[in-house]
Amino acid sequence: MLGLNAKDAGLFLLVTIMVILAPLILNPFPEGSELAQFNAGYPDLMQRFVIFGIFAIGFNILFGLTGYLSFGHAAFLGVGSYAAIWMMKLLTLNVIPAIIMAVIFAGLFALLVGFVSLRRSGIYFSILTLAFAQMSYALAYSVLTPLTGGETGLQIKSTDSPLLSNLANGEIGRANLFGLEMGSSFEWGVGNWLFTFNAGYYIAGIVMLMAFYMSIRIFRSPFGMMLRAVKSNQQRMNYTGLNSKPYTLAAFVISGMYAGLAGGLLVAMDTQVGPERMFWTASGEVVLMSILGGVGTLIGPVLGAGMIKYMENIISKINDNILHQWFAFLPDGMEDFVVFLIHPFIGKGWHLTLGLVFMAVVIFLPGGLVEGGQRIGRLFRRKKRDGAVGDAAKTPAE
Amino acid sequence: MSKKNLTRRGVLKTGAAGVGAAGLATPTLFTGAVWADGHTGFTNAPEGDTVTLGFNVPQSGPYADEGADELRAYELAVEHLNGGGDGGMIPTFSSKTLEGNGILGKKVEYVTGDTQTKSDAARASAKSMIEKDGAIMITGGSSSGVAVAVQALCQEAGVIFMAGLTHSNDTTGKDRKANGFRHFFNSYMSGAALAPVLANAYGKDRKAYHLTADYNWGYTTEEAVVQATEAMGWETVNAVKTPLTQTDFSSYVAPVLQTDADILVLNHYGGNMINSLTSAVQFGLRDKVANGKNFEIVVPLYSRLMARGAGANVKGIFGSTNWHWSLTDAGSKAFVQSFGTKYGFPPSQAAHTTYVQTLLYADAVNRAGSFNPCAVAEALEDFEFDGLGNGKTLYRGADHQCFKDVLVVKGKENPTSEFDLLEVVEVTPVDQVTYDPDHPQMGGAEATLGSCNVGA
Repeated sequence: MLGLNAKDAGLFLLVTIMVILAPLILNPFPEGSELAQFNAGYPDLMQRFVIFGIFAIGFNILFGLTGYLSFGHAAFLGVGSYAAIWMMKLLTLNVIPAIIMAVIFAGLFALLVGFVSLRRSGIYFSILTLAFAQMSYALAYSVLTPLTGGETGLQIKSTDSPLLSNLANGEIGRANLFGLEMGSSFEWGVGNWLFTFNAGYYIAGIVMLMAFYMSIRIFRSPFGMMLRAVKSNQQRMNYTGLNSKPYTLAAFVISGMYAGLAGGLLVAMDTQVGPERMFWTASGEVVLMSILGGVGTLIGPVLGAGMIKYMENIISKINDNILHQWFAFLPDGMEDFVVFLIHPFIGKGWHLTLGLVFMAVVIFLPGGLVEGGQRIGRLFRRKKRDGAVGDAAKTPAE
Repeated sequence: MSKKNLTRRGVLKTGAAGVGAAGLATPTLFTGAVWADGHTGFTNAPEGDTVTLGFNVPQSGPYADEGADELRAYELAVEHLNGGGDGGMIPTFSSKTLEGNGILGKKVEYVTGDTQTKSDAARASAKSMIEKDGAIMITGGSSSGVAVAVQALCQEAGVIFMAGLTHSNDTTGKDRKANGFRHFFNSYMSGAALAPVLANAYGKDRKAYHLTADYNWGYTTEEAVVQATEAMGWETVNAVKTPLTQTDFSSYVAPVLQTDADILVLNHYGGNMINSLTSAVQFGLRDKVANGKNFEIVVPLYSRLMARGAGANVKGIFGSTNWHWSLTDAGSKAFVQSFGTKYGFPPSQAAHTTYVQTLLYADAVNRAGSFNPCAVAEALEDFEFDGLGNGKTLYRGADHQCFKDVLVVKGKENPTSEFDLLEVVEVTPVDQVTYDPDHPQMGGAEATLGSCNVGA
């Protein structure tokens, strides 16, 4: 199917189904129940899942295949975002030109950064990309204030009148796709459950599926094989008389364009940009996403991105008040004690929780969440074989 | 059926009936009493007997201290609104609609989030409060970039934003929004309040050298102070931008000695100010005599947390602040008493402004008789009140900025405790710090509020 082998087609189908059903899958707990705190099926977070999924998929093409660890990928995300918002402010509120511009500008910037940084490899490459990203951040934060809005960033204002859209005077434009607003949702209440199907999410989801498909094709292509060769032994490649630089540069630019695409989508879903998007912690985050999910695997980065964004948005919002509600059934002293024990891991402590999860994954599942999935898969398969049941072609997560 | 931003809870409880009030599509035509009927037709219209507020503060990052203090104040305000504790400033507040039975008879609940002092994270957190938790009002923020970003989001989503600690002119200047309100003072007011006091203390023929944090708040503060002091006859020798992440300011302070400046203005906040001031003192600037006058240092925006960080270096240095716990009016005393009893130390100005904002919102809803953001905005616009610690205050309708007296403070020579670091030298009357809504520093004639948005 679509030029994929059976295993990849199965994986792609699985991801497609997950993307389509996400609003249902992510809202397992009924409204008003105490566990509703853990529901993640609201538009903003679902959009972030798929957008950062794209970002991580792109990063994985560089890091997973060539082994070049870029510590400055957030810069491309930021460049893409600024390009997209300027398109919306000046040309049209339709998201398509904005996203295309975001990809182009991020690609050009990646070409520049890659051309310089790829002259070195290993830690020097990482430091060079980090330096470029921090430079971009500093420029956006202060020097380029007229262009980037400085610390305050850029938003669409009532005074903006894009060339191709006819807004009433004083109306604040909203991002749309041929009139369909990104914010519009269809809500479906079943019993105590409420599911939100958001237009913006599905548009981002479709783009994510296209990006995912592209990434599978790249992984399976001769070009992908060449990149893997760079990872396993670049020196030997060079000695055979093959110039590996065009390949690594191409991978770098593709990966930068993926980041730009993610940046453009971020703006399309939520029309604002701030310079912190390019800060080095944002670059570090995508590295964490890849490692957490599984470097060099197809689905891993998406899982990692989902995991980190879930922690950031759900765990950080639990406060002591909510804990007290949960443990209200315990006797008074016990309740306070349990809340005291959990307190450091919630709210602002979500970084700590994430750190612990990260450590656990790296120590016990060096292959990331994907390896966890594979182990569980193997467990089931062995049981089935024991029970003399034929090996159903369960789709292992790559 | 395609509708956006309807409250999840609302849809569940009322089914399709909740969508009814399409009649409110042109809200500006309605006035006060009409709002009382409008309990649906806007984002997150509260159903049942509770209402949810969103407290979005920095719990990590450079302003985590301020954020923690803001959160304490919010919790205190909720307690008081629901009738707990000693009521704090509710008895001293000039408007008497708050009776300790929540807002409009609904019990106040809240959700919290971490802005991380980043606009992206702040918006994500605010969005989850609106989309997931059904928050009807978002408040908080400890930096202007975040405040501007979240304010724009609230405008888009159709909920009210009550700004926390944000001092840049832009929040109610060029980036003002119809759904956003600020109680805290701003750069312009700092400049206008400080200049006369400085001219009195140091004379009118001074030469000032500015060091400015290289970001939005720094620019507006520098502009405000330069204009206000030049109007008094001062001369600005030079204005140098310093990177926000700078921790060692010696290379910026040393050149000051080479000029004929006799005043150093530090447009820095938080850790920046602590480091630059320490550096300036170490270079002996305060013992220096230039042009036959004592060299002086000025810090336009002071906070108690900063004063504590800079220690003895702040002694005798002038600055401005929104509120200080040592004030002796009834409102301030009641608030300090109530906060101190609960947490064991006096509140900061960040805590004060967020507490006041919560009360003002609750009162505006009660007076409007509806949670509809347009009704609340109408109730807040041009609202005059007293008894909340700043004396007589006006919430100006043209730009949603509070106008009140500004405190000019000085680092105390003999502090008696770790909290007693600043003393109020002058209370600049409000007339002196009032400006026109279309003042050039506030974005000029181009800046508009737009029209209020009810979402849904």
